[in-house]
Amino acid sequence: MFGLNSKDTSLLLVVAVLTLLAPFILNPFPENSDLAQFNAGYPDLMQRFVIFGIFAIGFNILFGLTGYLSFGHAAFLGVGSYAAIWMMKLLTLNVIPAIFMGIVVAGLFALVVGFVSLRRSGIYFSILTLAFAQMSYALAYSVLTPITGGETGLQIKPIDRPLLSNLEPGEIGRANLFGIEMGNSYLLNVGGWQFTFNAGYYIAAVVMLIAFYISIRIFRSPFGMMLRAVKSNQNRLNYTGLNSKPYTLAAFVISGMYAGLAGGLMVAMDTQVGPERMFWTASGEVVLMAILGGVGTLIGPVLGAGMIKYMENILSKINDAILHQWFAFMPDGLENFKVAIIHPFIGKGWHLTLGIVFMLVVIFLPGGLVEGGQRIGRLFRRKKRKDKPSPDATPAE
Amino acid sequence: MSKSDLSRRGVLKAGAAGLATPTIFTGAAWAASHAGFTNAPEGDTVTLGFNVPQTGPYADEGADELRAYELAVEHLNGGGDGGMIPTFSSKTLEGNGILGKKVEYVTGDTQTKSDAARASAKSMIEKDGAIMITGGSSSGVAVAVQALCQEAGVIFMAGLTHSNDTTGKDRKANGFRHFFNSYMSGAALAPVLSNAYGADRKAYHLTADYNWGYTTEEAVKQATEAMGWETVNAVKTPLTQTDFSSYIAPVLQTDADVLVLNHYGGNMVNSLTNAVQFGLRDKLVNGKQFEIVVPLYSRLMARGAGANVKGIFGSTNWHWSLPDAGSQAFTRSFGTKYGFPPSQAAHTCYVQTLLYADAVNRAGSFNPCAVAEALEDFEFDGLGNGPTLYRGADHQCFKDVLVVKGKENPTSEFDLLEIVEVTPVAQVTYPPDHPQMGGAEASLGSCNPGA
Repeated sequence: MFGLNSKDTSLLLVVAVLTLLAPFILNPFPENSDLAQFNAGYPDLMQRFVIFGIFAIGFNILFGLTGYLSFGHAAFLGVGSYAAIWMMKLLTLNVIPAIFMGIVVAGLFALVVGFVSLRRSGIYFSILTLAFAQMSYALAYSVLTPITGGETGLQIKPIDRPLLSNLEPGEIGRANLFGIEMGNSYLLNVGGWQFTFNAGYYIAAVVMLIAFYISIRIFRSPFGMMLRAVKSNQNRLNYTGLNSKPYTLAAFVISGMYAGLAGGLMVAMDTQVGPERMFWTASGEVVLMAILGGVGTLIGPVLGAGMIKYMENILSKINDAILHQWFAFMPDGLENFKVAIIHPFIGKGWHLTLGIVFMLVVIFLPGGLVEGGQRIGRLFRRKKRKDKPSPDATPAE
Repeated sequence: MSKSDLSRRGVLKAGAAGLATPTIFTGAAWAASHAGFTNAPEGDTVTLGFNVPQTGPYADEGADELRAYELAVEHLNGGGDGGMIPTFSSKTLEGNGILGKKVEYVTGDTQTKSDAARASAKSMIEKDGAIMITGGSSSGVAVAVQALCQEAGVIFMAGLTHSNDTTGKDRKANGFRHFFNSYMSGAALAPVLSNAYGADRKAYHLTADYNWGYTTEEAVKQATEAMGWETVNAVKTPLTQTDFSSYIAPVLQTDADVLVLNHYGGNMVNSLTNAVQFGLRDKLVNGKQFEIVVPLYSRLMARGAGANVKGIFGSTNWHWSLPDAGSQAFTRSFGTKYGFPPSQAAHTCYVQTLLYADAVNRAGSFNPCAVAEALEDFEFDGLGNGPTLYRGADHQCFKDVLVVKGKENPTSEFDLLEIVEVTPVAQVTYPPDHPQMGGAEASLGSCNPGA
């Protein structure tokens, strides 16, 4: 189906079903239970899951296929965001031109950065991209303040009157898709559960599915094969008389456009941009996402992105008061002891937890979460085989 | 199509939790069932969102803010010694929560990044049903979160944010600031400086290269120039700079005799230390002693810069050594609970929480528009800064500003600043359409209850 082999089709379908049912899957706990703290099915976080999923998928096209580790990918995310918000401030509040502009501008910027950076490979390439990203960040933060709003960033203001809009005086424009506002939601109450179906999330989810599909096609194409060849041995490729630069540059630009798409979507969902979006930690984060999920796998980066965003948004909000609530049934001494043990890993300690998970994954599952899934899968398959009475189960005597 | 920001808890509790009852929420239906505003509290509790930097460069301030919030919640719910509630001029707070509902809170980490801060605030609004968001320790974050709260239809009570823009060009109808701002710092400092150092000084500015730096530089420049000072040069320094030697050496080449450091946090600690190491303060220029000025002081900065702050002028919003009953009560109750005196960040956050609770009580409703109306042009006293006005035109508090200087003989690690002058509020008041505040173009817009 869609020009994919059956395995990829089923992967795409599984991802599609998971994203479309996300409001159910991410809200497994009833609203009033103590565990509701771990529910992630609210619009903002679901939107972040898919947007950072797109960002990571794009990053993986570069890093997973060619092995070029870009350490400045957040720059494209930021540039895409700025382009998108200007589109909304000046032209129209419809999200499509904004997202489109984000992709185009990020693509052009990636072309420039890639043209310079791809002259080197390995660590030098990483450092060059990092330098470009930090440069963009510094420019956005101070020198370009008239365009970027500096530290305070850009928002849609009451004085913004986009050309193709009919806002009442004083009304603050809201991002929409042909009249459907991103914040609109439909609530479903079932028993103690509440599920939120958010317009913005579903728009972002559909975009992610398209992005995912394109990424599968790239992985399976001759172009993708050429990129893999670059990863396994670029020198040998060059000796065969092939110029690998156009391929790596194309991969870099595609990857930059994915980042621009993610940036544009972020603006569409939440009409605000700040320069920290381009800070080097943001570039590092996408590297973590790819590695955590599984570099070079199709679904891995999406899983990694989800994992990191989940920790950032859920773990960081657990505080001591909540812990005390959980362990309230225990005797006081034991309760305080438990809280003291867990305290460093929650709230502001979520970075620590993330670090530990990352180390465990890198050490024990070098292939990322995807490898973990495969191992579990193999375990079950082996068990099944054992269940069947086979001739060699009984020793021949 | 109207926008529907949803209170997850609220809707659930009100939704009678029937089995499989799908409901489409349009603005009108939502308003009908929920008193017409985002996250209307149902049941006997109300949730506030404390959004502070727990990681990153301002984590220390964030930690102190969180302590203050926890203390405020305790006092609002009738625990502890009540802190500033007895000294507060408005008497609606009785220790029974807000409007009789017990106060609960959720916390989040802004990481001092607008994206993270907005994500955290959004999760408080969308997931936890917070009716008010407060906190933050930088202006970029404050402006970003304030805009989000405006959009979502909840009240934002700003924490530590000093840039003019928060209640200047980026002011919002749903946002309120108790902390003072760059303009006030300039207006309060200039007369004290000209008394202490004379009216014919030449100033050299080093300014952190971001929004807060710009507004502070502009404010101090205009205020001192009005006193007769001359500005020799103003140089921007990168925010990430840690060694300021290369910026301080050129100061010696000019005939400037005052160095103004528009730096905050670690920047200020480093630039001041460098300046002192260069021997600037021992120099005589134009026959006058060379002086250094730091427009915005905080205790944490003073501690970082150590002995170098001795005798250096600056301004702060509040200091725990103030003698009035409110400050004393707050310092005592904070000290009893945590073992050290509160910072100005803690003070402003504590006060903001009390002011919000009181405004809700006076309005008789949690509706953001009703609360905003109760806060606008509200005059109060007893919260540590003397008689204060929450001006309706820009949602900025007007109160006395403290001019402080580094203490020559500190008695403890918390006793680093001494109050030189309490600048009366009249001297730091400006019209709402002041050019530094975005001019005539800046407007609050209209209040958004979210429904």
